[in-house]
Amino acid sequence: MTKRVYVDNSATTPMHPQVLEEMLPYFTEKFGNPSSIHSFGREAKQAMDRARDRVAKSLGARSGEIYFTGSGTEADNWALKGTAYANRNRGNHIITSKVEHHAVLHTCQYLEKHGFDVTYLEVDEFGMVNPEDLKKEVNDKTVLISIMFANNEIGTIQPVEEIGKIAGERGIYFHTDAVQAMGNTAIDVERLNIDLLSISAHKIRGPKGVGALYIKKGVKIDNLVHGGAQERKKRSGTENIAAVVGLGKAAQLASDNLEGHVRKMTLLRDRLIGGIREKIEHVRLNGHPTQRLPNNINFSFDFIEGEALLLSLDMVGIAASSGSACTSGSLDPSHVLLATGLCHETAHGSLRISLGDINTEEDIDYILEQLPPIVERLRKLSPLFKQCEGGRVHV
Amino acid sequence: MYNETVMEHFTNPRNVGEIEDADGIGEVGSPQCGDIMRIYLKIEDNIIKDIKFKTFGCASAIASSSIMTEMVKGKTVEEALKLTNKDVVEKLGGLPAPKIHCSVLAEDAITKAIEDYRQKQKAKNSG
Repeated sequence: MTKRVYVDNSATTPMHPQVLEEMLPYFTEKFGNPSSIHSFGREAKQAMDRARDRVAKSLGARSGEIYFTGSGTEADNWALKGTAYANRNRGNHIITSKVEHHAVLHTCQYLEKHGFDVTYLEVDEFGMVNPEDLKKEVNDKTVLISIMFANNEIGTIQPVEEIGKIAGERGIYFHTDAVQAMGNTAIDVERLNIDLLSISAHKIRGPKGVGALYIKKGVKIDNLVHGGAQERKKRSGTENIAAVVGLGKAAQLASDNLEGHVRKMTLLRDRLIGGIREKIEHVRLNGHPTQRLPNNINFSFDFIEGEALLLSLDMVGIAASSGSACTSGSLDPSHVLLATGLCHETAHGSLRISLGDINTEEDIDYILEQLPPIVERLRKLSPLFKQCEGGRVHV
Repeated sequence: MYNETVMEHFTNPRNVGEIEDADGIGEVGSPQCGDIMRIYLKIEDNIIKDIKFKTFGCASAIASSSIMTEMVKGKTVEEALKLTNKDVVEKLGGLPAPKIHCSVLAEDAITKAIEDYRQKQKAKNSG
């Protein structure tokens, strides 16, 4: 069996054994419905409360401000649609950025079809929003600013504190998608002046199919899901107790281990970035050089295409991801890379390596051993390579 | 995602390279779409004696290029022109729907290279 190295932790992470252990009883003996009044129900309700406390604590929020959802995507949808509709009498303008996750971008496009105006802020070459641009775009109709905490593709951490300040001073709600940031950088909703924040369990070694939205007390928001009054009448549907318990445990572990995790990830990340730069020519590190997630590496390899690169890596057991169009089913490469000013062919040749707790120095060395010959082979196949090398120009 | 034939041609592509004094060259695709295919032909007595390719693109673009060069090598120019993208897909044992355009590129590339050959011949004969 070939060696297998999983470095796609921004896509999903393996569940932590302690998370699974806490979840298991809630599938079987502790199966109660938390809305029930009897002991079975109370048992489930207590588990929900404990999970809510843990998530709140990990974000610097109060328990009453945490609402469980079915995913990070649902949390984003709810934050945007819910505040847009609930505050329509105050204005119909939303500001976001060009590098948001599709859960935010496509929700904004939907809102545009329903009478809302959306401004998509440009980013610099590192994928960062300029707070000065944000100030200029604010008008008296602006009700919501939604800027992600950290980017899922290139790892750039946005100036969240400044954005929170700008929003706060103007009485505009500030939502941030922290799905990738959680567990990889410290989050304090109070200090950062965040009104709404989305998280997802499976990115922090919790289960899939559960997320949460932090809604600061007092924020006016409509429901997305109507029904039986669960989640304090804000998000109906019988609670997925086991998953919620898993999210609570994962949030607690992520928060408790944050410092060590960041230190380890940063070391591995910098070892890989340095190694790639040393061993391979014509590469470009995408994303911010310093203001980036400790577990994110994103390189463009000139003259080659990302899917071919991914498949070749997969053949030697390395699981990564790409901003290539060929992996997304559309013809356009990553909107994030294009927004940073990359040309199409360079964007097509990008590789994202996202590290996690499970990775080791041996994994990094294995990647550094396997990647250079793969890049070389694909470049030999590429008609772009020779031209750029200053060889003769064909035809 | 891909069948064994596609993966085999992606891993061990046939006829990779360039021909210095090619009789015809065809390039199709665009960097915007993430695919560029370039074909070089050596033609003697109306027969494709040699063919080489270079491709910037995904695995199916590389596999389509590779199998196409095998399919037309040794064929007459007229026979090569009859090659369709469907023939390429069939020979590969199928491609995922979003990748069919790669086989179209292969058909276009050989057609364009033959057109280039014919134009060069015309120029030679009139000059």
